[in-house]
Amino acid sequence: MKQIKGTNDFVVKFANVNGTGSASANHLFAKAIFRMGIPVSPRNIFPSNIQGLPTWYEVRVSSKGYLGRRGGVDLMVCVNPQSMEQDIASVEPGGYFVYDNTKPLAPHLKRDDIHFFGIPFTEMCMREYSVPRLQQLLKNVVYVGALAALLDIDFGVLKGLLNDQFKGKEKLISSNVHALEMGYQYATENFQCPLPIKLKKGGNVAPHILETPHILMNGNTAAALGAIYGGATVAAWYPITPSTSVIDSFATYAKRLRIDAGSGKKNYAVVQAEDELAAMGMVVGAGWNGARAFTATSGPGVSLMSEFLGLAYFAEVPVVLINVQRSGPSTGMPTRSQQSDVLAAAYASHGDTKQVLLFPATPQECFEMTVNAFDLSERLQTPIIMMSDLDLGMNDWMSPPLEWDDNYEMDRGKVLDAQGLDDAKKWGRYLDVDGDGICYRTLPGAHPTKGAYFTRGSSKNEMAVYSESGDDYVRNVDRLLRKFETAKDLVPQPKTHPPIEVKKPKTKLKLGALFFGTSASPSYEAVEMLAPEGYPIDTMRIRAFPFHNDLDQFIHDHDLVFVIEQNRDGQMRQLIMNECQIAPTKLTSILNYSGTPITARDIANQIRTSLNTKSAKIVPLHAETA
Amino acid sequence: MSYIKPKFRHPRLPTNNLGYTIADYDGAISTLCAGCGHDSISASIRNACFKSSLHPHRIAKISGIGCSSKMPTYFLSRSHGFNSVHGRMPSVATGASLANRDLTYVGVSGDGDTASIGMGQFIHLMRRNVNMTYIVANNGCYGLTKGQDSATADLGSISKYGDVNGFDGIDLASLAILQGASFVARSFSGDKEQLEPLIRAAMAHNGFAFIDVVSPCVTFNNHNGSTKSYAETRDHLDAMPVDFVPMRDEIRTQYAEGTSQSVTLHDGSVIHLRKAVSGLATNDRQSALNTIKSNEDKARILTGLLFLDPDTQNLSTSLELATRPLNELGKDELCPGSKVLKSINEGLR
Repeated sequence: MKQIKGTNDFVVKFANVNGTGSASANHLFAKAIFRMGIPVSPRNIFPSNIQGLPTWYEVRVSSKGYLGRRGGVDLMVCVNPQSMEQDIASVEPGGYFVYDNTKPLAPHLKRDDIHFFGIPFTEMCMREYSVPRLQQLLKNVVYVGALAALLDIDFGVLKGLLNDQFKGKEKLISSNVHALEMGYQYATENFQCPLPIKLKKGGNVAPHILETPHILMNGNTAAALGAIYGGATVAAWYPITPSTSVIDSFATYAKRLRIDAGSGKKNYAVVQAEDELAAMGMVVGAGWNGARAFTATSGPGVSLMSEFLGLAYFAEVPVVLINVQRSGPSTGMPTRSQQSDVLAAAYASHGDTKQVLLFPATPQECFEMTVNAFDLSERLQTPIIMMSDLDLGMNDWMSPPLEWDDNYEMDRGKVLDAQGLDDAKKWGRYLDVDGDGICYRTLPGAHPTKGAYFTRGSSKNEMAVYSESGDDYVRNVDRLLRKFETAKDLVPQPKTHPPIEVKKPKTKLKLGALFFGTSASPSYEAVEMLAPEGYPIDTMRIRAFPFHNDLDQFIHDHDLVFVIEQNRDGQMRQLIMNECQIAPTKLTSILNYSGTPITARDIANQIRTSLNTKSAKIVPLHAETA
Repeated sequence: MSYIKPKFRHPRLPTNNLGYTIADYDGAISTLCAGCGHDSISASIRNACFKSSLHPHRIAKISGIGCSSKMPTYFLSRSHGFNSVHGRMPSVATGASLANRDLTYVGVSGDGDTASIGMGQFIHLMRRNVNMTYIVANNGCYGLTKGQDSATADLGSISKYGDVNGFDGIDLASLAILQGASFVARSFSGDKEQLEPLIRAAMAHNGFAFIDVVSPCVTFNNHNGSTKSYAETRDHLDAMPVDFVPMRDEIRTQYAEGTSQSVTLHDGSVIHLRKAVSGLATNDRQSALNTIKSNEDKARILTGLLFLDPDTQNLSTSLELATRPLNELGKDELCPGSKVLKSINEGLR
């Protein structure tokens, strides 16, 4: 029978029951690989449930450092009878299936093209431990021990991690180490270890990974740190998966880093609001009053905040919103990842609104873009929405260390203080003195006689006096559009890479691919998979909306452009068509909206299919872009 | 409405302790209907700020949407104002107060803005005890959309179109007492003798101060059969006269024993209630609720200070905020720097 082979290149998936303590054991497994210096990307695929439903943890190991999902499972560890049938079916031919054989496997579940490894986890733990809770918890550690033998994990690294985790609790350390050893011993005694898929420190790991001491962190924690470093002082929020940990982490770091040295009091405020409406209202109030304020939410929260996003857009109040996207409304699928709020966020609210969006693709970018969001919101006096997603926000990502330049100065934008007001020849809140669409604002309390004005939605003139005149309205919203143009050069620019050389291209079409956020990593991988097949594809990673003019140029320079994203309706494609006046036939959607993050294989397959169908061979359009 | 505001001011207008004249507290000309109760409230707010010698620019005015919420334009032009979103003024005020705890916040709302669309935020504002004065101009109807009943319209009150309201009205003052508001009062827009000192006391109070002001709508709710018309309100008023004595003023007035009650505020100011109301102890929520109810049963509208807890903790104190306003903090206080980030990186390996 075929055996899947590979050093530092495989996918392991764990099938567990939610709420049985598997998360920390699975994390121990992934972190051990990380500490061995081998690129690893773990992903939680979890239900909206506290206990009882099936939950999975997928760990990708990639010597080249691909952190997106590859697709397929090489080794499945199944300790959940509920999902066993589908788990067995999901293993690649020649792959491996590790399961609890305390009860024999039903014969109809057997496959003859994969390798079964039965280990009596339950029986071993029942024999070893008398306390039911330990029987359940340590079963997870036993399978990690078995994997250590099967995949050749450095046992010392595992022990070191347990020491770190349970520092000072010797009893816990020794019981966990004992469980690891039980699993390890069983595997070495009963199977030929290691398997043809295995780990090797150093080995074939890409040099750029080995050279940098990486960190393992999730995007939500990184965004929270960005808010700390970016000087946020007011966080108002309402709990919603998968954004909750942004504010939780902010509060944890703030408790440590934001206490006034003299008084021991807080230089920050965190308020758990009654709903997302109030959360955004508080952020608007604080931003209007000169504090750096932010909130974090997900889809339904964005809907509720939309009214205030409209007000903040028209009233020109700095606001930072971190949107950790998920799959739609209600409960259930919302614990799954998507990039499906693109249009809802870009045009959030009533009237003619366009919101500034940032698209981070890594924890490092979550950190940097959050800092940047505060600067941009004050510079542009408008909401800045950072579009993360569940996959980026809640999963651990290997990342180069976060960096900070101590020369950083906050950009507080155009704010006139008392002196500024005295020096100004003529001041009007909505007077475009500099021609960039951005006017000078004042803060309450700044000057005894000057600079006070009344903040409203849209009915006002340049001097902030109430007006329902059509001319005043038109001048104002046209200026807002001018401001949006100014934003193009201030927001993070798109990223391109040098084109991949292909010796014998199979197509004459100039191909391009556009993507953003968590679609980026698997897209780069798919492009590298397709190049040797004769399909050279240039790439551009979108990092912000409004789109930079380079995006128009990129589309113009290619005959066919794939837009790779994780939603049903090709929302980024629509936004590009709408904003850049691109003919629809030029942009082909590559989509995944299953709720589990898009894989490199899936992207490559869709592109192959698209290139091999007649529709892709249409005469290239050249004349459509202005 | 008038559309010309006379610019003439008497050259020897009296000044307050800070040297401001009453004109320094004026706002733009009102665009509300002539005779609207709300304009009297605006005047009382202006007078209260003048008499209490507050710097106009150190006050921030925040409102929701509706006739009531237009009011902040019509007083204190030297203060920043924010006409926000319908029913959401509480959250905007909360955020503003977190950003700068040193300003005085005046929220102006209406019965639609507070008792219907904004009920959730109103309750939570009280729960958090945000340090602000919250005035509801309560006329029992929606004015800007032409006279629909609001949630504070009394059972049996007849609308301008002849419909009888079949629902119990929400009593915002009772609700505020029940929800833990630390200062609750009721007044009548036409009774500036009472309203002004109440507003002054509310602004001196170190926490959430709520004043429900019955303010008749001359256009849509001032007819026979309406329970919130001028005539009906005047007929059924049971007003408790109030004096406000700021901390710095010597108390000269003498009150006959047993006829009055005094409460000292956090900043040392004193409120005198010049008439004892049978059964009302303003430091006891239950007694306040009972007194409101027994008056209501007799079709009387009890106005005056209903409940006060002067030693309350406001939001900034309960969140343990540093004394320096958050909006004044800069990079040095807020940004931990590269060394700290290095150690955070270490912890993530």
